[in-house]
Amino acid sequence: MAPERFHSVSLLEDKCRGCTNCIKRCPTEAIRVREGKARINAERCIDCGECIRTCDNHAKVAVTDSIERLRDFRATIALPAPSLYGQFDQRVAGDVRRIYRDVMGALLALGFDAVYDVAYAADIASFITRTHIESGATEKPCISSACPAVVRLVQVRFPSLISHLLPVDPPIQIAGKLAKRIYASRSGIDTRDIGAFFITPCAAKMRWVREHINPGGETYVDGAISVAGIYGDLLKNMGAGESGPSSLSDTASGLGVGWGASGGENRAVGLENYLVVDGIHNVIAVFEEIEMGRLASVNFIEAQACTGGCVGGPLMVKNPFVGRVNIRRLAVGMREASPFNEQEESHIMGLYRAGFFETREDLQPVAAFKLDEDMSKAIAKMGQLEKVLEDLPGLDCGSCGSPHCRALAEDIVQGLAVETDCVFKLREQVKKLAEELFYLAQKDPSAMSKPDKTGQGQ
Amino acid sequence: MTLEMSYDINGGDFAAAGEAATKIKRALKQIGVDTQTTRRAAIIAYEAEMNIIIHAYRGTLQARVSPEGIEILAEDEGPGIPDIELAMQEGYSTAPERIREMGFGAGMGLPNMKRFSDEFHITSEVGRGTKVRAVVSSPSAIPPTIPPAGWSVD
Repeated sequence: MAPERFHSVSLLEDKCRGCTNCIKRCPTEAIRVREGKARINAERCIDCGECIRTCDNHAKVAVTDSIERLRDFRATIALPAPSLYGQFDQRVAGDVRRIYRDVMGALLALGFDAVYDVAYAADIASFITRTHIESGATEKPCISSACPAVVRLVQVRFPSLISHLLPVDPPIQIAGKLAKRIYASRSGIDTRDIGAFFITPCAAKMRWVREHINPGGETYVDGAISVAGIYGDLLKNMGAGESGPSSLSDTASGLGVGWGASGGENRAVGLENYLVVDGIHNVIAVFEEIEMGRLASVNFIEAQACTGGCVGGPLMVKNPFVGRVNIRRLAVGMREASPFNEQEESHIMGLYRAGFFETREDLQPVAAFKLDEDMSKAIAKMGQLEKVLEDLPGLDCGSCGSPHCRALAEDIVQGLAVETDCVFKLREQVKKLAEELFYLAQKDPSAMSKPDKTGQGQ
Repeated sequence: MTLEMSYDINGGDFAAAGEAATKIKRALKQIGVDTQTTRRAAIIAYEAEMNIIIHAYRGTLQARVSPEGIEILAEDEGPGIPDIELAMQEGYSTAPERIREMGFGAGMGLPNMKRFSDEFHITSEVGRGTKVRAVVSSPSAIPPTIPPAGWSVD
């Protein structure tokens, strides 16, 4: 067994009633109900948050960092996700940009020393993405690496598409890299004593942050704080002050802010022949097509695990569709044009060529679905699986604790379940047993049997 | 050790388009066939399935999987192909306009199948049907798919 991976989605045991809602929604079949509680397979979990959304008992939660962690550092920087702006309705007609400034101010009031707007980092990411796709270095259709749940989905379920993932840093990483550098040079504080915290809409970004903490070298983002967790405090502090000199980034463009909702990334990248897909099950349908060799003429695929994009994140407060409208309004109000002049563009290009914005991590397939390491054994197990499946009722009811009959067959073949975990199979067995009992009960021991009155069989 | 999968395909059944190929692909992943071989076999299976749906009345798609490789067999009852050499040319298609409008029938099916196979055989009898046998045996990098001319999404 591989070592347990960190994943953000976790179970509150006492709240879980062992229902089967989550196992049926999970896009990677990562959950089983065993002994009345949902168990998450860490290898398969992509932290998309589908189970958080679907659990009526609120037993599924995302583990994120507490605001208390700010105390661990000499100085702290907030990295607000672009989608955060969509959580606040416009109060002042005609001045949507007020929201933008108010959010910055409210973050400082929470105790951060500075803010670096991830929407501005998204402006940088848009420019690099366009340049990279035009260079033709990545196999088409190029898939955005901005959503970490999608990246993980590719590793777990679509490993042949790893070569399609753009090696461009996601905005969160660009923001962390630049924010710490700028703050360190302004304040003289060592980058290791500066904590950068992403204000996260989702569990997947939390996992991303954890996986990118580098104890030996430079860490760009030190933690992730849930939007829902600080929403009340942000609301209280809206309009409390201006960010002014505490803002480490320039003002983002409307295009950068637009990354907060699905479609925004493509609008910002600005290439023709693109495709936008959101909602993890829709993403899977599109990836199946790419694996079949379709969509080869598409330049860029913006794929997001959450419906509506990041505004639909499981740690958001507003309805995703309201959030999306809010983002669109703000984006239009903030001018949808690249914020960079020629000089800035060539500066970014210089950094890009030096590899500053390019993810170097080697993404490996995660063989979470392999039946056996030995291919011959795997083929044998596959044959067995098909046989077991034929015998199951095919109702896909989930009562056994596996998401559907096929998954139960897989679990049986792997020795993780038995046939009588299926209630219908169990009933069959009970019926057989009852019949046998009945038969036996009627049969007298031969010493007591009465003589046959008909005289037959003598 | 060989695993055999067989699926019945109905001509014109676009609602089920790609289902058999998806099942084959899923099995290959579970068996642990390397990613590139899986993808090549999946593309062949998909194109074969689509050919039956677009052109034939009915047919079967079979896959035989062993550690040595994957064999895909597609057999259909249909109009058959009068000129196989012509059908193997990129961009040549006899698909009617309504099917092309749906984004299928771009004339890339057979050339792509051949391109992704290590062995490829096709026989056809006009008025009877077509048989295709493709083998993917070597795990090697996949050649890029040929995008159908003039087809785009935006």
